[in-house]
Amino acid sequence: MKEFALIFRLKDIADFKPSPEQMQERMNWLASIAAQNKLVDKGNTLLPIPGSAKTVKPNNVVTDGPYTEIKEFISGYIVVSAENIDEAVEMAKANPIFDQVGGNIEVREVLRRE
Amino acid sequence: MKVQHQSHDELLPHLFRQEYAKMTAVLCRHFGLKHIEIAEDIASDTFLKASENWAINGIPENPTAWLYAVAKNKTKDYFKHVAVFETQVKEAIKPTEIEAENDFELSSQNISDSQLAMIFAVCNPTNSTEAQICLALQILCGFSVEEIANAFLSKTETIKKRLLRARANLRNDDFQIKSLSETAIKSRLDTVLKTLYLLFNEGYFSKTYRRQIRKDFCSEAIRLTLILTENPLTDTPQTNALLALMCFQGSRLEARTNEKGEAVLFDEQDRRLWDTTLIAKGNYFLVNACNNNEISKYHLEAGIAYWHTAPADQNKWQHILQLYNRLILVEYSPITALNRTFAFAKVYGHDKAITEAEKLQLTGNTYYHELLGYLYADTDLDKAIAHYEQAIRHTKSKTEKLTLIKEIARLKETRT
Repeated sequence: MKEFALIFRLKDIADFKPSPEQMQERMNWLASIAAQNKLVDKGNTLLPIPGSAKTVKPNNVVTDGPYTEIKEFISGYIVVSAENIDEAVEMAKANPIFDQVGGNIEVREVLRRE
Repeated sequence: MKVQHQSHDELLPHLFRQEYAKMTAVLCRHFGLKHIEIAEDIASDTFLKASENWAINGIPENPTAWLYAVAKNKTKDYFKHVAVFETQVKEAIKPTEIEAENDFELSSQNISDSQLAMIFAVCNPTNSTEAQICLALQILCGFSVEEIANAFLSKTETIKKRLLRARANLRNDDFQIKSLSETAIKSRLDTVLKTLYLLFNEGYFSKTYRRQIRKDFCSEAIRLTLILTENPLTDTPQTNALLALMCFQGSRLEARTNEKGEAVLFDEQDRRLWDTTLIAKGNYFLVNACNNNEISKYHLEAGIAYWHTAPADQNKWQHILQLYNRLILVEYSPITALNRTFAFAKVYGHDKAITEAEKLQLTGNTYYHELLGYLYADTDLDKAIAHYEQAIRHTKSKTEKLTLIKEIARLKETRT
């Protein structure tokens, strides 16, 4: 078994607050992975709102949030275990939210630091 | 000394389960946990005497009082004996100890305090969880080694060894029942709750025992958890949530098996058999459990059990599913995964649930095949029957086998 991080990106900050129905669907999806005992880390939500997001750049330049320069922003992540990256990709595909609101899920194999 | 379980009398085994643990707990307070065997010997002797005496003279008017009077006398005899021994052979015994001995009381307050102390003594983290439960079954519930072996589906010898080791560990730890510090109570509470939770489940879900024994088991777990809510140190949201869970589950105890001991499916249960008093108590403790933001797995399970006892509501299964979703995120277990899928089927239909279920790949699990058999029953009879046959192959319970065989016969009939 390998571990993969699923990194969620959203396009529009307005989609960050899901509707109750979207919330339910997202929970169903997450719990479905957990029910297969393949959820390694249920991860966290990364707040994109002003005051909660800043980017530090060279020469002590600090900008507000990630959203001034890139269109998509990271909204959260989870870590799953899977036989291979294809299985992890299938899990990501089953996520119901990104189909509806756009954005993407990046799948990355985790190499644990010793 | 062994107590005769196979008494013709129905009362004695029942009393034994109810009173043996209390008696041992109170006695242990006097002897200290180091000498738990003495306490157990006196309690066992008392019941032995009861079985002999009652067979000849009939059951006394107040059997419990009779038992305690005998236990009290036996304890006095023991101390007299020890006192003579100690003064003649050794130095005089310490005066403080004699004082404590003379205090020997069996008031209800003393019993509940002693039992509280006893629960914490048994739930000692120096022992593995399994060993703790074995000890709890034996010391708190008066189970014989054979019965514990049945519950764990292990050999008697294995359990015997496990109990011996666990008891030795308790002695080495030099645990003092009387001087239970606040920190010790708090740090052990999680284990205590877990043990009581497992104790209850053993009674609620186990197919090994007769119905009466399982009922005693559940009510004992409820009683012990109730004691925890009566002490400010242990009256936490988690404790209340666990008690609420037990009350909700316990309310359906009568309805979930028939006279033959076969399981009755939730949908087919006679709701008139549900205990509404217990449901009301469950509600009360669940409200108590929610007085801060702490959400434990007991809260989630109590929530699920609450919705099960609640009257039909169009969103009922959606609520249950969402609680299962959160529960599986807190702690994975195959049974939670399967129950969640059942709730999923109730909300999204059997077809979608089959996809969810098959992802679980719990092919060695009876309930996995039962669930798939149930989900396929409307659309694919062959697959449904195949899964039920798999379930029969994996179950160890005779009554469950019979239920499954009946279900297959029923399905085959609908085909023709």
